[in-house]
Amino acid sequence: MPEELAATAHQFEDLAQQHEADELGMWVFLGTEVMFFGGLFLGYTVYRHVYFGAFEAGSHLLDLLLGAVNTSVLIASSFTMALSVYAAQKGRKKTLITCLILTMILGSVFLGIKGVEYGQKFHHHLVPGYDFNPEGNFPAHMSLYFSFYFIMTGMHALHMIVGEGLLLVVLILAAKNRFTAAHHATVEVVGIYWHFVDIIWIFLFPLLYLIGGR
Amino acid sequence: MQPGFSLSPEQASTIAPHVDHLFYFLTGVTGFFAILVFMLIFVFAIKYRRRSEDEIPVKVHEPMALETAWIGIPFGLMLIMFGWGAWIYYQDYNPPAGAFEVFVVGKQWMWKLQHPEGKREINELHVPIGVPIKLVMTSQDVIHDFFIPAFRVKQDVLPGRYTELWFKATKPGRYHLFCAQYCGTDHAHMGGWIVVMEPREYQRWLSGGEAGETMEQAGRRLFQQYACTSCHFEDNTGRCPSLRGLYHSQVKLVGGQTVTADENYIRESILDPNAKIVAGYSPVMPTFKGQISEEGILQIIAYIKSLKSPERMSAGK
Amino acid sequence: MSSLTVDEAPQAASHVHYLNVKFGVKSWLFTTDHKRIALLYLASITFFFFVGGAAAVLMRLHLLTPGGLLVEPATYNKLFTVHGILMVFFFLIPAIPAVLGNFLVPMMIGARDLAFPKLNLLSWYVYILGGLFTLYAVVAGGVDTGWTFYTPYSSTYSNSHVIAAALGIFITGFSSILTGLNFIVTIHKMRAPGLTWFRLPLFIWAIYATSIIFILGTPVLAITIVLVALERLFHIGVFDPALGGDPILFQHMFWFYSHPAVYIMILPGMGVESELITCFSRKKIFGYKFVAMSSLGIALLGFLVWGHHMFVSGQSMYAGMVFSILSYLVAVPSAVKVFNWTATLYKGSISYDAPMLYALGFIGLFTMGGVTGMFLASLGVNVHVHDTYFVIAHFHYIMVGGMVMAYLGGIHFWWPKISGRMYPQGWARFAALVIFVGFNLTFFPQYILGFLGMPRRYAVYPAEFQVLNVMSSAGASILGVGYLIPLIYFIWSMRYGPVASANPWNAKGLEWQTPSPPPTENFEEIPVVTEEAYDYPVREAQVA
Repeated sequence: MPEELAATAHQFEDLAQQHEADELGMWVFLGTEVMFFGGLFLGYTVYRHVYFGAFEAGSHLLDLLLGAVNTSVLIASSFTMALSVYAAQKGRKKTLITCLILTMILGSVFLGIKGVEYGQKFHHHLVPGYDFNPEGNFPAHMSLYFSFYFIMTGMHALHMIVGEGLLLVVLILAAKNRFTAAHHATVEVVGIYWHFVDIIWIFLFPLLYLIGGR
Repeated sequence: MQPGFSLSPEQASTIAPHVDHLFYFLTGVTGFFAILVFMLIFVFAIKYRRRSEDEIPVKVHEPMALETAWIGIPFGLMLIMFGWGAWIYYQDYNPPAGAFEVFVVGKQWMWKLQHPEGKREINELHVPIGVPIKLVMTSQDVIHDFFIPAFRVKQDVLPGRYTELWFKATKPGRYHLFCAQYCGTDHAHMGGWIVVMEPREYQRWLSGGEAGETMEQAGRRLFQQYACTSCHFEDNTGRCPSLRGLYHSQVKLVGGQTVTADENYIRESILDPNAKIVAGYSPVMPTFKGQISEEGILQIIAYIKSLKSPERMSAGK
Repeated sequence: MSSLTVDEAPQAASHVHYLNVKFGVKSWLFTTDHKRIALLYLASITFFFFVGGAAAVLMRLHLLTPGGLLVEPATYNKLFTVHGILMVFFFLIPAIPAVLGNFLVPMMIGARDLAFPKLNLLSWYVYILGGLFTLYAVVAGGVDTGWTFYTPYSSTYSNSHVIAAALGIFITGFSSILTGLNFIVTIHKMRAPGLTWFRLPLFIWAIYATSIIFILGTPVLAITIVLVALERLFHIGVFDPALGGDPILFQHMFWFYSHPAVYIMILPGMGVESELITCFSRKKIFGYKFVAMSSLGIALLGFLVWGHHMFVSGQSMYAGMVFSILSYLVAVPSAVKVFNWTATLYKGSISYDAPMLYALGFIGLFTMGGVTGMFLASLGVNVHVHDTYFVIAHFHYIMVGGMVMAYLGGIHFWWPKISGRMYPQGWARFAALVIFVGFNLTFFPQYILGFLGMPRRYAVYPAEFQVLNVMSSAGASILGVGYLIPLIYFIWSMRYGPVASANPWNAKGLEWQTPSPPPTENFEEIPVVTEEAYDYPVREAQVA
């Protein structure tokens, strides 16, 4: 099959080997991402234990409703991403493009809501290092909670933005007919990444918003 | 200090000979294996040197017993090294009861020390021979490290909490004090001397010079100056718990946990009072962060430590 | 005596290979050929090695007198910081993986390139970008935190260019991650037919183990450095106790990466060692599986021992004991390697070619570094020698005595393959000897200095330490000359060296089955592997 040969990079023997390599590469990369966020989770856990009261008080100041809406938006985007991969496997270009656009819209909604939440925090003077001056009596180490809140959600949002960029690339490639039922590893690899970023949020949401005696 | 050149540092504390014995044991055992390896390499390299270009070596058997031996034997020896080292470390960590306390504050780039009798020193510490001395140390800025090579002791000195180090000097003399944790520009200059004296001489030194207040007295003065007494009544009738007999007691907190009231707990309660609230009390105490110096806090702690509960006093003596 | 064979056939040099297939700066800067990328790395790490080395030379000169000979303490602090950062992050960590690994991994496993050639080029650019940030920090006025960036000094108190240097290390970390990722995927998915895991050369096992550490450790360093930078910029208080943070947490996170990073620096060296010892004694490696598995053992156990950098930091006594015994555990696989290499020599056919001299020197110096590790793992002794010159001597024996010797040995071994030329054997043997002598004279006295109690990072020191310091500085000048000699003859050989044959050492391994220098595609036809690694011919022992 000459098509397949053209799609195979020179260093690989065949397309199957290339697909396997691409996927393994993404999994290994996600391993590094786990360690990266792992460091943050470790720091959060240590300080939550040490300054339990301050972290509890901090988590009460988050907007649970917005957090919950965002969680469902992100889960929905995972669903549409999974549909995109399915469509790519079946070679259905139109469905693929529709689902990719839906995923990107849901991702943007998430980032938009996140932006609204950040705006609220600025409004309530809850930004450590810039303007931290909440109303009323608050525990001394609550700023630490908000430091972690901003770093963790910020890192996550950064990964979302990178994901949006990757989706855009996949979308353009799909529009240019680059994918076939046999050759669509890029869609799958980006899909794996997108699900991973969702999973990070699935951990962040309870850690930051839920636990702590609501 | 003797000038010139020596291969081993002076031994001037009770722990030093233990450390040295372990050091020499390690030198002996590891030296034996290192030299064994060097000899084998040397002998093989000469005996089996290539004699012709087309030489073909003899097939060598790889006995499993050999692999097992050189995994097992070193590991067994290492367990001894671990156990011995851990035993010394355990002693390093556990000062004998009734050790004499000296308080140390490190800052860029000097050591400030204060004896319980109130005598202050900078970059120099006078101690008597044969008495266990416990240093309670903290830092005003970055991490420092209190290192006395002749005593073989070393401990990082951290900002925001207390660490401890103890020794019992055995030989009069002047010994180096170094800062061993890099702390900025003049790190290399942040040192001084430990002066070890005979007990009688030490008493003479202690009584010489200005006769200031003791740590305890200074702490009591600060305690009144900061109006601690207006809430912390001695008989538990105040808005705050009584501090009599607090030190080393178990304190019940709101939320059901219990903590031991050590130096770090008292320090935290002064600087961040709302972090741990004693059960039955409300969070009314203001923070004293930024108002009392590190030395002041140490003095207040010394005062609180001196407030023994009546039953404890009778049990102790 | 030498097994050097010079191929005089003129057509040997005139075949089309990766060096002469294209010319011009662009053909190098946009190459995706793993061999060319390896050479880009070779040039850049050599540059960083000599910059870092210059800092070391200035330090040793300064320490000739107790009061300090050359510079102010503030400048001295910047010198050792620059030396540490450049040597660790820009030389030792990338040296063998990025140069020899890049060049050899595809050739040793019979592949045409790494799995992701563009990613490979990207990782070189990332490395250079990180290097530029660090050099900017140096040129703009320096950094004075030490390569360890301990908080709260780095995050609050230091007035130097911490952010730029931290950013440089952060960026370079991604280069390590990408390289490691590339190797893992390549080794898993692209081995030649018949090349099973236990037929792999031990160099590949070592690189594989190293890549695991790259993948799992580097991200933790990345997030730690991000937190330090954020604390410095926005005072968010993660590590500074004055802001509610915990400086010990920094140390835990830093050493969680940086202890395994020590194994990043030595494991590839061990891999090179196995290749050299077998080739120059014409023997199968003694205990192949033990050596291979010990690499993985070191990589995994290496993640559990970070706390032994913190025995006097104020962590709990029980934590100290756990970390101590685990540290002894990780020493076992290293000892296994040393014994197996020594046993490989037994009844071999040992030649004294330059790479072998480096290999033998490696065993000696690595053993010295290893056994003094036993001292440091022992809690009671550690308390005394912690943060003294004993530690400096110990890790230089591992890093410089071990890693740099192995690296140089490897470069000498594969230079004919890389450049297609031979270098002068006599000079190479002489350089190996000079380096060995200079190294020992530099660092052995430092063990004694440490035992006597001289703390590290001291710009001035008490007078009684002078004799040993002068010895050390004298050694350093010999060592410096020793490193310059190979630089000169390697450059000379590129133009004037005799043309090398495909396999000048009569070595086993797929990389020697293709011409020197190899064609861009490495192999005309992908080889099929039918034998185990290091299957050198043997004869049965005669019955007595």
